[in-house]
Formats: sequence, C-alpha cells, structure tokens
Amino acid sequence: MEDWQAGGFGLYLHWPFCASKCPYCDFNSHVAAAIDQNRWRRAYLAEIARVSAETGPRVLNTVFFGGGTPSLMAPELVAAVLEAVRAVWPMANDAEITLEANPGSVEAGRFRGFRDAGVNRVSLGVQALNDGDLRRLGRLHSAAEARAAFDVARKTFDRVSFDLIYARQDQTAAAWRRELRDALGMAVDHLSLYQLTIEDGTAFAARHAAGGLAGLPDEDRAADLWEITQEECAAAGLPGYEISNHARPGAESRHNLIYWRSGDWAGIGPGAQGRLTLGPARWATEAPRAPGAWLEAVEQTGSGEGPREALGRADRAVELVMMGLRLTEGVEIERLQHYGHSGINFPEIRCLEEEGLIGTGGGRLRATAAGRPLLNAILRRILA
Amino acid sequence: MTELSQIRNFSIVAHIDHGKSTLADRLIQLTGTVAERDMKAQLLDAMDIERERGITIKANTVRIEYPAKDGKTYVLNLIDTPGHVDFAYEVSRSMRAVEGSLLVVDATQGVEAQTLANVYQAIDADHEIVPVLNKIDLPAAEPDRVKEQIEDVIGIDASEAIPISAKTGLGIPEVLEAIVTRLPAPKGDRAAPLKAMLVDSWYDPYLGVVVMIRVMDGVIRKGDRIRMMQTGAIYGIDKLAVLKPKMVDIAELGPGEIGVFTASIKQVRDTRVGDTITHEKKGCEKPLPGFKPAQPVVFCGLFPVDAADFEALRDAIEKLALNDASFSYEMETSAALGFGFRCGFLGLLHLEVVRDRLEREYDLDLITTAPSVVFKLHMKDGEVRDLHNPADMPDLTYVDHIEEPRINATIMVPDEFLGDVLKLCQDRRGIQADLTYAGNRAMVVYDLPLAEVVFDFYDRLKSVTRGYASFDYQITGYREDNLVKMSILVNEEPVDALSIMVHRDRAEARGRVMCEKLKDLIPRHMFKIPVQAAIGGRVIARETIAAMRKDVTAKCYGGDVTRKKKLLEKQKAGKKKMRQFGKVEIPQEAFISALKMDG
Ligand SMILES: Nc1nc2c(ncn2[C@@H]2O[C@H](COP(=O)(O)OP(=O)(O)OP(=O)(O)O)[C@@H](O)[C@H]2O)c(=O)[nH]1
Ligand SMILES: C[S@@+](CC[C@H](N)C(=O)[O-])C[C@H]1O[C@@H](n2cnc3c(N)ncnc32)[C@H](O)[C@@H]1O
Ligand code: SF4
Ligand SMILES: [Mg+2]
Repeated sequence: MEDWQAGGFGLYLHWPFCASKCPYCDFNSHVAAAIDQNRWRRAYLAEIARVSAETGPRVLNTVFFGGGTPSLMAPELVAAVLEAVRAVWPMANDAEITLEANPGSVEAGRFRGFRDAGVNRVSLGVQALNDGDLRRLGRLHSAAEARAAFDVARKTFDRVSFDLIYARQDQTAAAWRRELRDALGMAVDHLSLYQLTIEDGTAFAARHAAGGLAGLPDEDRAADLWEITQEECAAAGLPGYEISNHARPGAESRHNLIYWRSGDWAGIGPGAQGRLTLGPARWATEAPRAPGAWLEAVEQTGSGEGPREALGRADRAVELVMMGLRLTEGVEIERLQHYGHSGINFPEIRCLEEEGLIGTGGGRLRATAAGRPLLNAILRRILA
Repeated sequence: MTELSQIRNFSIVAHIDHGKSTLADRLIQLTGTVAERDMKAQLLDAMDIERERGITIKANTVRIEYPAKDGKTYVLNLIDTPGHVDFAYEVSRSMRAVEGSLLVVDATQGVEAQTLANVYQAIDADHEIVPVLNKIDLPAAEPDRVKEQIEDVIGIDASEAIPISAKTGLGIPEVLEAIVTRLPAPKGDRAAPLKAMLVDSWYDPYLGVVVMIRVMDGVIRKGDRIRMMQTGAIYGIDKLAVLKPKMVDIAELGPGEIGVFTASIKQVRDTRVGDTITHEKKGCEKPLPGFKPAQPVVFCGLFPVDAADFEALRDAIEKLALNDASFSYEMETSAALGFGFRCGFLGLLHLEVVRDRLEREYDLDLITTAPSVVFKLHMKDGEVRDLHNPADMPDLTYVDHIEEPRINATIMVPDEFLGDVLKLCQDRRGIQADLTYAGNRAMVVYDLPLAEVVFDFYDRLKSVTRGYASFDYQITGYREDNLVKMSILVNEEPVDALSIMVHRDRAEARGRVMCEKLKDLIPRHMFKIPVQAAIGGRVIARETIAAMRKDVTAKCYGGDVTRKKKLLEKQKAGKKKMRQFGKVEIPQEAFISALKMDG
C-alpha cells in the first residue's frame, strides 16, 4: 500500500467569488460584478482532464467545492463538473460530495439543484446565532435566515454541518455556552467551531493594528472558551475529532480527513493547492491566486498550475505530524518511521510525553487533551 | 612650508546638533577646498553611523586655503568635533592641537550643557574664542537674547559674536575673516629639534595606521626616522600628507602645521594619543606634557546569540578595536550566555555605536547585558579590586566595603521642567550641589552615582523635559556606599547576566520592577515559571509567569499546509533569538529592557 492510501484520494475545487468580502476573511475570495459561468466551466473541465491524465483512474473518495462561496455557482455548473469528474475517476460507492454554502435565502433556493447534481453534504457558514455578532462579523444574513437555510438544507441533503466563529468581541463564557447549546440542539451531527483569528491583510487586522476591535479575549479567556467548547460538544455526543471540528462518531468530514491524514488530493481552481503522489515522488501543487490569471493560464497554456515542488522525506514527515496531530486519533508511528528520523526530534517527544502533552499508546502519536490547545508550541518542539 | 604668521588652527565646538559640521561644510565650500560636485551635507561625517544618525563621533581635520582681505593667502586647519558627551575626549585632545575655537551656539536654543563644557575646555587650553550664532535663518532665532546669555552664563565677551546661517551660507565670509584677524597664529621654532604632538590615529584599510600630528618645533619630512617618546618605538615615515579632506602628499611639515603620516605601524594601539614625536637622532629633550588616555567608564557583556558565532565576534571586535582605542575588551564566560566579551565604553552612545557596527558591518546577532560601572572592592585583607562585572562579585565575607564612581552632572533646563529634573536626580541618589538661573533657564549641578546614570538616565531626562534639557558630566571620584549584588533567578536558576549592583535601600524596589518586567518580557512557557530577585540567599521580590494555555491554529486545511509549515519554520528561527536557560527561553532584548527603571 502506498503511504497516501492511508488517507485516501479527494478532489478540491475552488470557487473564488463571494457576494461581499467578510472583514475577518483571508481566503482567496473576491467580489466580482459579472461572472461568465460558461468560461469557468470550460476551465474546470480542462483542468479535470489534465490532472486525471496524470493520476490515472484512481478511486475518488471525496469531492469538495470550497470557496469563496460555492453556493453562488449555478447548479448546472456543479452538475457539469461532477459529470466530468465521474467520467475520469471511478467514484467510491460512499463518495462524499460537499459544497460550502452561505446561509442566505438565495443559496437556499438552489439547494435542490445542487442535490440533483450529486452534492450529498453541505457545510453552512452560519458563524453566529445572534444578529448583533453577525453584524459585527460583517455577515449579510441574519440569524433567522441562517436557521431557515439550515432547515432547508436538512431536508435536502443527507449530511449537513455548519460553522461558528467564537472568541468574538465581548463574548462571555456564559453567552458562548448558551449559543453553543443552541447550535447543538439543532440536531446536527457535525460542527466546525473556529476561534476568531485576526489574519494578516484583512480589514480586521487593520482595525486591530489601529487599536480597534476592543473586547477580544486574551489568552486566558480564549482558553476558557476552548474548554467550554470541548466540554459542551462532548456532552452532546459530538466530541472534537480535530482541533476545530466536532462530530458524532462516523459523521466526520471525510474530505477534510484526507488532509489531516496526509492522503492525496488534487487541487483545482485559483489558489488551490494539492498533494499528489506520482510514482516515487510526492508533489505539492499550487495554482495562481487571481481568478483572471488562473483562467488565462488554463486557456492559454492548457494548465492552471504554477511550478510544483517535490516534497523530500523531512517535508513529508513534518506534514504528516503537523496535520496528523490536529486529529484526536493522532498519527500512526509506523507511518512516521517510514521517513527515517528526518525532520522530527524524537527525544523531545519523550519529554512532551513526560509533561503529559503527548501520548504514544496504541502505536499512535497523539496530543493529549492538555496538549491539544498547545499544539503550535508542541510542534515547535517536535519539528527539528 | 608655510609661514607661521599665515597659519591659523582652530576647532569648531558646540553642543550637539548646533551646526558644527554644517559650518565646516560651508568653510570648505567657500574656500573651494572640495570640488562642488563632490560636496555633500556634513561632508566630514564619513562613517555610516555618523551619516545615519546625523551626528559626529570622530573629530575630523581639514586643511583649507583662504585668500584674506589683506591680500595674503592663509592656511587654515579646522577640526570639526563631536558634540555628544561620550566623545568629549575627542574634543579635549583636538583642542590641544590648535590655538583657537569657533564656539557655535544655536540661536534658537541658546547655551546648553555641552556648550558650557566645551567652552571651559577651550578656556583651559588658553584658546582665543570666537562666538558664532548659528541658524539665524530660522524664525525662532533670537541672536540678541543668546548673546546676552553667552555673556551671563559663560562670562565671555559676545559683543562681536558673528550671526550666521551655516545652512544658507549667510555670514560665512565674516567667519573666515574673523579666523584670520581674531585668532592667533601658532608659535614654534623651525630650527629647533622636531617636536610634534600625536593628536589622533586611525586604521585605514589601504594605508594601515594613519597618524595625525601637530608640529610644534622643527620640520618633519618623508623618509625621516622618527621616535615616539612614550613608547620608544622607531619608525620611518612612508608617506606624509595633509587632509583636504582627502590625503594630499606634502614634502614637509613645519611648525604650526597639522598633517598625517604613515609608517608601517600595525595597530592603533601601538600609538598613544598625546605622545611626542621627534627624530630618532638629535631629537628634542623634553616631551610635551601628554594627556591621560580616555578611560572606558561603562561596561557590558556582548555575547553572540548563536554560540557558534563566538569566533566571528572575536574577529569583529579585534578589527573594530584596531580603530577605536577607547574601547576595551576581554573574554568573558557566563553560565547563562556562554562565551563572549566584557567590553568597556566611553558612555552609552559609544556602547550603542559599537554594538550597531558589530551587528551591521559584521552581520552578527548580539546579546548585550546590562551596562555597569567599575566598582572598587576594598577587601578585608587590604587589597583593592576593580569589579567590572556584578557576576564576579566575591563572597561578601571577604569584602570590607564597596566604593562606586560619582559624577558631577550639569543639567540645563527650562524653568517649568525643573521640578521633574530635581525629582529624577533625587530618585537616582543625587546630591544637589548648585542651582542657578539664567533668564528662564535653570542650571543645576548634581553629585550623582555614575551607576544610576549609565543606564537610562539620559532617556528619562529627555522624556521628563520633552527634550528641552541638556546634560553633561565629569567623573569626580569614588565614594563608599551601601552596595549589594542582586541576583535574578528564573525558574529557580540564577541568570548571571541579569545580576546587578544596587544600593541596599533601593534593592527591594529595583527587584520588584525587574521581576515585573521579566514577567512581561519572557513569553509564557508550557509550565509556570517563578521569577525572583535575591540578595545572597534571601528572596526580596517574586513574580510568576503563568503557564501557556493556548497556542493553536484554528483553521488548517489542504490549502494551508505549505503556509503553516513555513510559519512554523519562521517561529523556530525566532526561537534562535532566545537564549535557553535550563528549560526557559529568554528573549535577547530582556537583558537590557529588564533594567529600565520606569516607563
Ligand atoms: N535651519 C538651519 N539648520 C541648520 C543650520 N546649521 C545646521 N543646521 C541643521 O542642524 C542639524 C545639525 O547640524 P550638524 O551640522 O550635524 O550639527 P553638529 O553640531 O555637527 O552635530 P554633532 O556633530 O552631532 O554634535 C542638521 O539637521 C543641520 O542641517 C542653520 O544655519 N540653519
Ligand atoms: C472558506 S470559509 C467559508 C465559506 C463560506 N464562504 C462562508 O463564509 O460561509 C470556511 C470557514 O472558515 C471560518 N473562518 C474564516 N475566516 C476566519 C477567521 N478569520 N477566524 C476564524 N474562522 C474563520 C468561517 O467559519 C468560515 O465559514
Ligand atoms: S468568510 Fe466566506 S463569505 Fe465571507 S469572504 Fe470569506 S469566503 Fe467569502
Ligand atoms: Mg557634527
């Protein structure tokens, strides 16, 4: 078995447009006046043909339409893409096909179309369940609209997840606990719960640097909110299976698991990144970020990919640990040992084990409950 | 050879930034010494650090020729001097080589502390002084008030002070005429045996050591065999030149002239500033009085951040020292910081300049430990030891008492800030010696411990007076006081590089502030860290750095792998800027910042 097969094979498609740009968001997303969906279809199809010629007909476990706001894609476009995908890669029987959606009324109206195209899972960017915070996050939808979109989604798709952002301005522990209980009460089986991060280059970063955004939590308050999150979700039967992802056992995002388990994935679309094992080499692929530049590259050169990088043993070991320790299940030690001792500081792992931050039982390296909120610090010590 | 009567030698002195170097520019320009296309502002400030900071660090000499109104052409040797107190030594030795001074006073600022210090030195050196009121192009200039001030505060006649603008060139012809008519010609005997004063020396990468001299008597020529009277060393003159400011070869230098020579001298340290140079044979009998070498007064440790850079640091320090005899160094080992050097400086600015040059010109990352002064330890057995480093403090049972250096500080400050200045001096264990007024400016003189001044006194003074105070000092001597060594323990381990000498009565307060500062400076670790200040075995202050609770990236998906990997690599490189003490990492800036007393 090749190493990547421990993770599986997926396809990520990036749709780079949104109705408006959220002030906290550093994703490759843009607001455009007019979008020629036919032109995008031709480009995606060309890329699918190009990449599949390289990988050959491997079984495809997952497809993920990410963004941006892929729920703004025409359902016909989604259908055309999935049709092309099925033609080149044999789909697993239980293939998971996810589309990220904004919980506005426009998108909710298209849900049936997406389902008919083959989408079987949606991930909704709800972000908050109260209108005040939604406004402060610069979101276009209200809490009521989000709930309504969620109800439509539940009726339309097999699986639905939604995202919340916490550690917001002035958010108290009690308020977050209430809101989280509300969310858990909506009969979901998957939640992505992200601590608000001030990302470089965003509107929030500028406001923060200028002394704005008062009331963001300090480290201690953020840690309290993290603990509440773990507690509440576990009690509701959705334990954290990844740093920011919680699911009823079996309902995990299979596509995202491919990333964290260092499987292979093809990345198609502006700024999309991929990891492909082709023969003895593992490649990191990358595409131009600007939508126009990507389209032109595909149309004029026949490839929407930038220069690719071959990953050495140390790189592969580092990625395996860096991504794998995000999962509660951790990383198989045997897999890690395949890469020899490059990139990893094994004695330090032993120290961390003594400090109670890392466990190595059952042949797996994993961060303990105490270690998980300190993962970056742990990684700085482990990665030589 | 130039007739004595047609030579004038002078220094340009002033408080920092009053316009000495700019005036030198205009004198050079108006006399056509430098081609117009080669002219640039503060031409003589050639070092990168001088140009960047806009200050003069090293005194510079230029020979210019001036056709005066009397029809004769005069040779003028001007020495531009630094204004900052750290480099006062450059001023005092320059003054010994000349007969007069242009005293530049900024007409918008008036007399400041270094104006006074410099003018007193000029008077001591028997100089004729020509006061010049600069920057009269500025609307805020008050030449009449400043004239009065010069007379009141300094006590010299300012009725013929020359109003100028070194920036626009206004008044420069008058300055040139005054140099010729008001400053005395040098004296000397051409027929007497050679007697020349070694004024300065520096290292030139192409020429080796260059020695600047002022000839008193006799004549020196290329090829001459000369003797340095203090060191006894004999050399042959390879090259003899004058500075315009580029070197221009000259056949001989006679009495009253200033020039440079090279003589295959290896190191600047082989020359003594103030030494007397004469011929090997038929030399002069009596040397010039000579002068005290500059003494380093502030010491600190310099350590490479990366221990592997120690040899590179040694190399860099040796090269720098080639050209800066006022800077001293010896190897030091610290339990905390490994191998490094204990270095001595003329003051804090000098320290900063040397450290900057080491970091930039030699591409090194350095940890600088807290600056300290030299304490005198009177041991019970009668021995007196110099303590350059608090880490070397011996067991107290062997020490009878400790003395510390004291200074006489002169501070000039507008009335409204006087209260703050007095409080600052009082807080630093100062004893007021004098307080006088000139108009709405007060002049206070304080007797202060140098140890209380070397660190952040000047910064504090500037901030409490919004930059309106000026400051100058001389070391006066040593005095006993109740001094103790305070150690800092991080995670129960003493960090030798953070220990300081402190007055017993102030130890608790200092210890508390240092622990609080370290608490903020040392990032949280994965465990909690006690930070303590102790005298001997007794803890006098304590803080705890809480354990880290959260450091994790919220979102990390397929598109984030590469970026996240790079970020981790960057953070790990950042860790290199920290020093490992047992299990604790201390960022390098902590070694200096922890000592800052307020603000
Ligand atoms: N407006 C105006 N500015 C001047 C004049 N003379 C000098 N300056 C400015 O004052 C500042 C200091 O001038 P410098 O010539 O470097 O002063 P300095 O006395 O040599 O300073 P140090 O060598 O650091 O003691 C510079 O910014 C000059 O441009 C003048 O006559 N008028
Ligand atoms: C690609 S985005 C979501 C897609 C969709 N456009 C939306 O906004 O609903 C994935 C998720 O990342 C989260 N996110 C984006 N920026 C964030 C930030 N700065 N801090 C924390 N979470 C963030 C949001 O919860 C968002 O739903
Ligand atoms: S958060 Fe979602 S909707 Fe907002 S700009 Fe980013 S990708 Fe677009
Ligand atoms: Mg100057």
